[in-house]
Amino acid sequence: MRGQKGSPARTAWFVVAGLVAFMLVLAGCGGGGSTTGTTGGEGGGGGEELQKLGKGEGEVNLISWAGYVEPEWVKPFEAKSGCKVNDKVAGTSDEMVKLMETGQYDGVSASGNATARLWAAHEVAPVNVALIPNYKTVFPDLKGQVYNTFEGKPYGIPHGRGANLLMWNKNDVKPPPSSWEVTLDPKVAAKYSGHISQYDDPMSIAEGALYLMNHEPKLGIEDPYELNEEQFDAAVELMKEQKPNVGEYWSSAEQQIEGFANGSNQVGTTWQYQYFALKGENEPVEASPASQGFLPKEGATGWSDTWMISSHAKHPNCMYMWMNYIISPKANAQVAEYFGEAPAQEKACEETENPNFCSEYHAEEPAFWKRVYYWRTPLAECSEGGETDCMDYNDWVRAWTEIKG
Amino acid sequence: MRLSRRGKILLRAAVALALAFIYIPLLVIVVEAFNSSRILKWPPPGFTFSWFGKAFESDSAREALVTSIEAGVVAMLIAITLGTLIALAVGRRRFFGRDTISFLVVLPIALPGIVTGVALSNTFTQVLGISLSLMTVIVGHATFCIVVVYNNVVARLRRTSGSFEEASADLGADPWQTFRWVTFPSLRSALGAGALLAFALSFDEIIVTNFTIGAGEETLPIWIYHNLFRPKELPVVPAVAVILIILSIIPVYLAHRLSSDDAGLTPGRGGGAAPTAAPAAIAEAEATAAH
Amino acid sequence: MATDAVIVKRSAGRRLAGFFNGRPRLQIGSLLAAPMAWLVILYLGSLVVLLITAFWTVDPLSGSVIKELSWQNFEELVNVPVYREIVWRTVRTAALVTITDALIAFPIAFYMAKVAGRKTKAALVVAVLMPLWASYLVKIIAWRAILAEHGVLNWALEPIGLHGPGTGVASVWLVMSYLWLPYMILPIFAGLERIPDSLIAASEDLGAHPFTTFRKVILPLSFPAVVAGSIFTFSLTLGDYLAPKLVSNEQFIGTSIFDSITNNQPFAAAFALVPIVVVIAYLGVARKLGAFEHV
Repeated sequence: MRGQKGSPARTAWFVVAGLVAFMLVLAGCGGGGSTTGTTGGEGGGGGEELQKLGKGEGEVNLISWAGYVEPEWVKPFEAKSGCKVNDKVAGTSDEMVKLMETGQYDGVSASGNATARLWAAHEVAPVNVALIPNYKTVFPDLKGQVYNTFEGKPYGIPHGRGANLLMWNKNDVKPPPSSWEVTLDPKVAAKYSGHISQYDDPMSIAEGALYLMNHEPKLGIEDPYELNEEQFDAAVELMKEQKPNVGEYWSSAEQQIEGFANGSNQVGTTWQYQYFALKGENEPVEASPASQGFLPKEGATGWSDTWMISSHAKHPNCMYMWMNYIISPKANAQVAEYFGEAPAQEKACEETENPNFCSEYHAEEPAFWKRVYYWRTPLAECSEGGETDCMDYNDWVRAWTEIKG
Repeated sequence: MRLSRRGKILLRAAVALALAFIYIPLLVIVVEAFNSSRILKWPPPGFTFSWFGKAFESDSAREALVTSIEAGVVAMLIAITLGTLIALAVGRRRFFGRDTISFLVVLPIALPGIVTGVALSNTFTQVLGISLSLMTVIVGHATFCIVVVYNNVVARLRRTSGSFEEASADLGADPWQTFRWVTFPSLRSALGAGALLAFALSFDEIIVTNFTIGAGEETLPIWIYHNLFRPKELPVVPAVAVILIILSIIPVYLAHRLSSDDAGLTPGRGGGAAPTAAPAAIAEAEATAAH
Repeated sequence: MATDAVIVKRSAGRRLAGFFNGRPRLQIGSLLAAPMAWLVILYLGSLVVLLITAFWTVDPLSGSVIKELSWQNFEELVNVPVYREIVWRTVRTAALVTITDALIAFPIAFYMAKVAGRKTKAALVVAVLMPLWASYLVKIIAWRAILAEHGVLNWALEPIGLHGPGTGVASVWLVMSYLWLPYMILPIFAGLERIPDSLIAASEDLGAHPFTTFRKVILPLSFPAVVAGSIFTFSLTLGDYLAPKLVSNEQFIGTSIFDSITNNQPFAAAFALVPIVVVIAYLGVARKLGAFEHV
């Protein structure tokens, strides 16, 4: 059956070589229609903001975090607006950026570590907030933030926010920790070696930076997302020392809930959602108590999500209707409770099923959120003074790969 | 083969261990499907049937099942057509570059799914400018399913002689008639096995699917994947899995029918095929059921 | 009228047959045109595009692709130690999984092919096929439940004072060995089935010890089938990213490609060339060993 030896390999190479030539020609010519955004040029964003809300286009294509677009509140929206919702769940911020680049989607629920990238890639358009009546009653400390406003224009509608808490199993972790040292100081963390749970994202480096900001003042870190090379290397070194103690780099909330419930995880960074879900199952977990302001003494990182509209949106009217709907008191309360985050809408607190929901999630406490450093895209250009000596997002991604080994 | 008593005992023990290794995790899934906690805990704190109720009620799960069957059937049909054509060329004729072709057919399944998925999605969206949809998923699936049909058919062609076809041609049949009345009947069970496998491959595929699927569409594996990460829905997954395992009796039964069908035919007809050819062909092809 | 039509059709068919008869190249060409268009243009074409993409880079801020040829990605792959480590860890695990599966698969395949009776054989074939229909993801979830700190394994091992492998490379090895085991059993079974019983009987009649029969007759004849199975265990392990992500805290080739695909596609493409090269080399060796007829 293998009569002609020798020839097949050569044939294969001829075929491949021919194809390479063909594709090179194609790649050379095809620069026009199908490129992934243009590079270079100052500023970002793309398209114009919508001036007048028109009739719905019948459907809207969304990219969302799991749990943001669920039938419970999508069905009423579809019935009212006539816009059918097609949703694509993304697992990470990077995936969201990638999906937006396909130009097939009208909008995305972007976290702060994706917004600047989307803006810089000209993938998102400014939002005319005058067309979003519910925007007026969004918590003021969520408006006009560095991660949702560029060059003075709002590029999205705040959806909700959360803090990355320190959670532990009270049977295993004694005494109750009051500092991130329990996961980050190698000497303390070694006690829980193999059982530390860390979020699997380059943004976690900011946790190390936040820790150093408090414990190594010599480094002069002022913002955990604006790190020069020396500060960055110190944070990366800290995370590398943490690696041997980490049991799991978790990437989904359910994965971590299961990890804590079955004992694999004993202490680590979590979202409010996991903490309350585990509490609800009577698992022996604890998080920083009220006496510490619910956060370890260093403060914490966190996230604030924003609905952004694509600069290539084919259904802009439906997208505007969606953005207005998702921050309407009822819908915003539903999504906040389902997902486990603080709502962006002030009036949502009156609509939650659990009457204590907003206080549990500190939705109405600006003092709590003052200690939370929201994720955002690290840029080479540091905001103050316009220096360009900070490590950018690519450096963070590369470092995260090295940290995980 | 003749074995000593001790040899037999050792061999049986090894078989038992392998079966235990295969079935213990499946047993864990079955137990977890009745777990009353919404977290997968061991041992389960209590038992409930409610996850099955939820699984049956879930519209999204049912839609995903239908989508998976659609994708599987279309991918299977494409794979049958293309796989059989290649097999007929390779199995009955000698020509320059024939080995390269068998290499090319194996490649999509031998390369990691992530490579195939990334490459295809790249080509669809960047080069061809096609939006991702169920269609692109089907194209991806058909690409790596060709090999299972091809392998089954080519194995069968090797075992049957070409002289029947020559006889048919000599007796005045045109190529289509020869294919319809001579070649096809001898290939039928091999085609059936290949088709079943192509469907199975497509049905459980997640990696290529994940890279080539459009917005708002879910195959069953993608539905499971999403539910793993969707708040409050995790225990529905083992329940769906148990339902799937029970449903898999259908294809397993079909496979069994195909093989016994053939075993029953061969001794009477004589022919070139060994009695074990069909089960072997199924087994062989299953071996290709990668991803 | 009807007969006329048949006659007309037949003669057309015959004419076609005649036309093809003297032209074997045309015959082969017409059989292969569609499948080759699919596999060469669509599939190989996509791989070639991937190859070209590997030479591009991305703009650090926007993540937009810069379409200028550069060796940057390959330099990074070679120069940053962590990537070499990841490749080495993955290849090592793939080899280990392959050996493990071969060791577990051979006895059961042998029993199925040469020892078991007709009914047992049929039952065992079904028993080995069944797990293929249980979803791949669900099986990984089952293993998460088994390997967890308070999971099934530690629950079973506790009375004898042992402890499971936790979340390291060992877990990945175990889970991958589990997932791909049927892909090893079935080709070996098929390969053993093809060895005529008379050959084994002859060896026995000539006085060979069962072990000698095994070593000199069965093993050499079934080895290509083992290699055929290894193509799957090896290459599936090489590219998987879900199992490592869900049962370990270690990085593998698949997880690295997956992690970089979203923000740096050119780098992911460059990394994807690693398993392509490894698998093609492996296939080359496998073909030399005659495994392709058993795939």
